[in-house]
Amino acid sequence: MPQAPDTALAIGRPRTNVFKSVSRSLGAVFSVARRDPYAAVGLVIYAGFALIAIFADQLIHNDPLEILFTPDYDLARNLPPSQDFWLGTTYSGRDIYSQLIMGTRSALIVGLTAALCVVAIGTVIGLISGYFRGWVDTLLMRIADIALGVPFLPFVIVLAAFLQPSQWNVVIGIALLLWPNSARVIRAQVMSLRERAFVEAARVTGAGPWRILFIHVAPNVLALSFLYASVAVGWAILTEASISFLGFGPSDTVSWGYMLQDAYASQALGRGQYYWFVPPGLCIIAIVVAGFFISRGYEEILFPKLKA
Amino acid sequence: MSALDTNTPDAPLIDVQGVSRRFDLNRSMGDILKGRYPTVDAVSDVSLSLRRGEAVGIVGESGCGKSTLGRILVKLIPPSGGHVVFDGEPIAGMDRKRELAFRRRAQLVFQNPFDALNAHFTIRRSLYEPLHNAKIPVEEHEERVAEAIRMVHLPTAEHILDSYPHQLSGGQLQRIVLARALVLRPEFIVADEPVSMLDVSVRAGILNVFRQIQRDMGLAAVFISHDLALVRYVCERTITMYLGTVVEDGPTSDVIANPLHPYTRALVAAVPVPNVDQSHDPLPIKGGIPDARNPPSGCRFRDRCPLAEARCASERPVLREVRAAHKVACHFVD
Repeated sequence: MPQAPDTALAIGRPRTNVFKSVSRSLGAVFSVARRDPYAAVGLVIYAGFALIAIFADQLIHNDPLEILFTPDYDLARNLPPSQDFWLGTTYSGRDIYSQLIMGTRSALIVGLTAALCVVAIGTVIGLISGYFRGWVDTLLMRIADIALGVPFLPFVIVLAAFLQPSQWNVVIGIALLLWPNSARVIRAQVMSLRERAFVEAARVTGAGPWRILFIHVAPNVLALSFLYASVAVGWAILTEASISFLGFGPSDTVSWGYMLQDAYASQALGRGQYYWFVPPGLCIIAIVVAGFFISRGYEEILFPKLKA
Repeated sequence: MSALDTNTPDAPLIDVQGVSRRFDLNRSMGDILKGRYPTVDAVSDVSLSLRRGEAVGIVGESGCGKSTLGRILVKLIPPSGGHVVFDGEPIAGMDRKRELAFRRRAQLVFQNPFDALNAHFTIRRSLYEPLHNAKIPVEEHEERVAEAIRMVHLPTAEHILDSYPHQLSGGQLQRIVLARALVLRPEFIVADEPVSMLDVSVRAGILNVFRQIQRDMGLAAVFISHDLALVRYVCERTITMYLGTVVEDGPTSDVIANPLHPYTRALVAAVPVPNVDQSHDPLPIKGGIPDARNPPSGCRFRDRCPLAEARCASERPVLREVRAAHKVACHFVD
């Protein structure tokens, strides 16, 4: 071989950076926001709620579950918005503003963990199903069909009856029932990726199936996973609100659904206490819509041909 | 079986014996109602062998099974019939350890460089990946990558190593694809149309690099192409395939100067030649490539062949040696 002088060719070893592809996919979210105004709005709303959730302890004025009294030792019941109680108080004398702030935290915790579970399960199953095909694929996809066929709210309610009422029931319910959607889409994507030359290249150099799947194929479907995650966040928050509104939620954690249920049971509408139930309703709408805005813009870079 | 002749120096490095590959096709509603399972024979009863350091070109129209054959040779697709013996050992049914040993020695260069590299890997990562997969000792990695980069003449390598594939040109990418195969220091390489996706202006550079490496390293190489002119430039031996079968196999100079099979004659006549004095009798072939699902009986070329007679429909011609080292599968050549 021609012995060229080794001109200090700085080869260096590749740094195995696990976060690289994740951050590249996340980076795409921000680049979308620059191009798509809807996505930008969605991202701003999310950032706002995230800040509120993080600094909730500093923002609240009272413990959201504490029963409050006026200076003359009356129960601070059904007070209208004022200097002390920005959004008034509930029938049982609790500070609505503090409940709203604390509700943000539980909404985000439920939404994000549920989305994480959905995407983790959906991605792994989609990868395995699409890559191995055959009976593995048939088995997993039939399980997916069953999961899709289970009615959603009754399942979560039954789950809450079996386990202690807790916001984690919603997370478990969402994770168990919502993964098939992302699994199916990722499976289809993997089926086309596995025929690509770079996968053949990995095989011909001796990579085993699991390495091909998780090192070579997975980074190429991560963007799709994030798309499904942003939709799942909204679903989880809506479901949590529904469960709490129906009265199957935990009584020791304040959430927006819990506030709506409390307002409904105390006949807030009849007394015209709009400041009680409108803010949590608006918050639910805002965060769900923000999720859809982000996924909308994200979808546009993933599937540019879909643009009408 | 052929484990005995590995000691003789002229023993083939790779020996293909009667290899076929049948693919299942999607069943149409009509097929299901009639209980049919449509299949296509991409490769049908192919035998050939390669010595160490020998460069063989495989030419043929698209769909003639040359890429499938190439993938069978590097154990990416299992043959449905026949077997491939590499250095005395059948490549089917290897355990993981033997398979890795085979993978280190036999490599593939891809047609489309834009698709052959993982878009999420830096070039550096792509070059180290085979070493990791094939379990090469870690202390050799850096040296091997540097060596491969030198061999493919990749200028400004330091800059390129941290790039992602979409930032580079087709010519650069194809050099990297070649380097990725070379880091394992293979003895046998299959190049599947390595320049067909490239601009004409960069083809010559890649071809020169490929030819030089093949000679310097003494690689046994299979160069798949639909372009006889490229094969002539790189390979000393040429095989012509038609509809999954080998119709001619001989020294490149003989095959081009004196093609024996009517199909090869048509291929050679179709190569644009700048020299007006050099002329072959243009042998007209009729029609297009037939439906691979229903190939003609007997000789697969007969329905397009100007020489075809009744015998061609009933009897499949066997590949036989009619000149020195020059084989052909046709009833009418002797």
